[in-house]
Formats: sequence, structure tokens, C-alpha cells
Amino acid sequence: MTIEVPSYVRKLVVQVDEIRREMGRDVAPPTRRALAMAVITNPYAGRYEENLDALISIGEALGALLGERCVQALGITPAQAQSYGKAAIVGEAGELEHAAAILHPKLGAPLRKAVEKGAALVPSAKKQGGVGTAVDVPLGHKDAAFVRSHFDAIEARVSDAPRANEIVVAVAVTDSGRPLPRIGGLQAHEIVGQDGLR
Amino acid sequence: MSLIDIRRVFTQVEDIYHEGGPRAAQPLRRGAIAAVLTNPYAGRYEADILPMMEALNPVGLDLARRLLAAMDVPVERIQGYGKGAIIGAAGELEHGALWHVPGGYAMRELLGWKGDAAAYAKGISSGGQSGNALAIVPSTKKVGGPGATLDVPLTHINAAYVRSHFDAMEVRVPGAPRPDEMIVILAMSTGARVHARVGGLAADAIAKWDGQR
Repeated sequence: MTIEVPSYVRKLVVQVDEIRREMGRDVAPPTRRALAMAVITNPYAGRYEENLDALISIGEALGALLGERCVQALGITPAQAQSYGKAAIVGEAGELEHAAAILHPKLGAPLRKAVEKGAALVPSAKKQGGVGTAVDVPLGHKDAAFVRSHFDAIEARVSDAPRANEIVVAVAVTDSGRPLPRIGGLQAHEIVGQDGLR
Repeated sequence: MSLIDIRRVFTQVEDIYHEGGPRAAQPLRRGAIAAVLTNPYAGRYEADILPMMEALNPVGLDLARRLLAAMDVPVERIQGYGKGAIIGAAGELEHGALWHVPGGYAMRELLGWKGDAAAYAKGISSGGQSGNALAIVPSTKKVGGPGATLDVPLTHINAAYVRSHFDAMEVRVPGAPRPDEMIVILAMSTGARVHARVGGLAADAIAKWDGQR
């Protein structure tokens, strides 16, 4: 099933970053991180609005759309997703709170549905910026935030966005942790996955 | 030992619905694939680098196929293409030039080019209309550090002068290339710029089938 792209989306970008080798060693299986980004019109650009409900609804729709696109790009079942993250870049005519409205109230639930379960917090980042601004989307294990091998980040950037009245919304999903994790801590196979932490 | 050691493969597909004008009924889809691999000639001057050009042939074919699969469209829908390379700081521009033949040939073959590969490798035209993908694959290359951006040019696959299809796609792999690496890139698109309106040769007016007009 493919979710229809809403009319407020100007551009949709999907990336897959596959790492097969690192420092001369095989990464087996390769790590794969998907990133889906939507460039949208900011309905509140250029003015102060007390109520940000329109962006909250947009966040809900994009959580489902971008989550689904990531899972599709990886060619996995939702249950095979291992970590996730989200971020937004608000153009110059908007404010940081616009990113918060997209990311925090309602984006998480449909994203968790797209990756199945998702007991852990979806780590996030937000900023304001001009065209071509990059944001580092934090990544954490979807069911247990303390899994150390899955602490990571992926850079999100759309070369021609955000224009002043736009917002870039990014969701990242992986089927793996870092390429050669070896700093100990909680392991993915040890988690309970109930409290979102361990 | 094989000359080919691919560390990382980066794929990007984008749908462009509009750019401030009327929303397209069917969005423009553009895709790029980038392989980050070891530069076997990094750190020294090597006179004979042609073995790497030969070794890159299967890489080109594999990347072209992967890109088309990622773009998820029938091969008939590909209307534009381009290629490029970013060479890490311990290499030289000439190492990037190794990608011209394997990258271009791979995409042209995938898109239905029926010409003589051996003649193409030598820069000789095989003459006549040889199926699809008649136009030269436009390219650019540079030496750059990790995260360097490359604007990969795109032009129409059958006639280089089709004005609506002159485009470029920015490609960038965060963290790559390292000094002893190079990135080889292929790009394809399904059509014209989303609001193309500056006249010139139109895709439906291609008549000479010489790769240019």
C-alpha cells in the first residue's frame, strides 16, 4: 500500500545509505539507513499564529508517509526496522515552534505503526535555515533507547530547500546499527522492549 | 587482488511536484546512485591507470541497474541522464576520468543503446540510429573532501540539445570521499524540468537522431 502524497508537498526525496565495508573490513550484513524528506509549504510563514493545529495535522500525515517510504526503500517488513529518528528545518519566514508542531504532538504514532511497535522515544532535532541547510537526524533503537550500538545520526539536506516559506521534514529508519559497533553497553539482543529504555 | 573495493552505496530518488508554479499531474522523478570505493592509485602518480577503467565496467552495470530499480519506473520512462565522480584528496582528477566510459556505457546499454561497445570505448561512432540513448552522457568531476557536493548534469538521452531536459542534480555523500577513495555517480530522470518554458528544441521534435538534435 502506498500512501498518497498530500498537495502541500513540493518535493519528496528518499535516500538509502548502505555501508558494506569499513576500515578494510566487511560489514556483514551491510548497514542500511533510509532517509525520507518532504519539502512542504509552511501555512504559518510570515506571521505569528497562536494555534498551530494545521502543522500538527501535517506532522501526523508525514509520519505515516515518510515512515512508509523509508521502509519501502529498505525493502524490509516493518518489523525488521531497528532504529529511527526525525527532524525538521524551518525556512526563514517561519519559527522554531513550527518544527515542534510538526514533530512532537502527532508524528510519532503513525511512524511507529510504519515500523511496527516503537516503544522508544523517537529522537529528534530541529533548526531554522536557508536553502540547502543540513540537519543531523539523531537515530536510536526503536524499542529500547539505551541500545548503544544504534546511537547514530544521518545528515538530511535538500539542495534547493527550504525556501523562506517552506519546511523540510525528515524521517530516518534503519535496519541496522553502526557499521562496526564495539563500545559495549546494552545489546539489541538483550532488550525487553517494554519501557522504551531497555 | 581486485581493484574494486566498494565501501558504501548511496541512493537518492526524488519526486518534484512543483517549484512554485502549477502542480505537475505526474511529478518529475530524478534519481542518483553513488558508490564510494577505494582509489587504487591514491597517493602516487601512476602512468597506466587503464586497468581500473576496465575493472569499473561491472560496477557501472550494477549501479545502473540498481538506480533504475530504486527509481521504480519502466526503463521506457527514463528521459534524461548524467554521470560524475568525486575524487578524494589523495587522488587526481584523471582518476575520475576513468568513469567516463564505464559509467556512460552502462547506462546507455541499460536504456537500449544498440551500438558497438568496442567502438564506443575508442570514441568512434558506430553510425546510424542505434536504438535508444543516442546522446552523450553529460558529466562532471572534481577532487573534494568528505561531504563535497557535485552538481551532476542531466540531458535528454536521445538528443543533447533538448532544452527542456537541461538539468542538474546535486549529489553528496556525507562523510565521503576519504582521501584514498573516489565516488562514482550515475543519475537519471523521467522528464523535463518541472516548469520548463524557455523554448528551444523540444523532445517531441527530435528529428536527426544523431544524439544531438
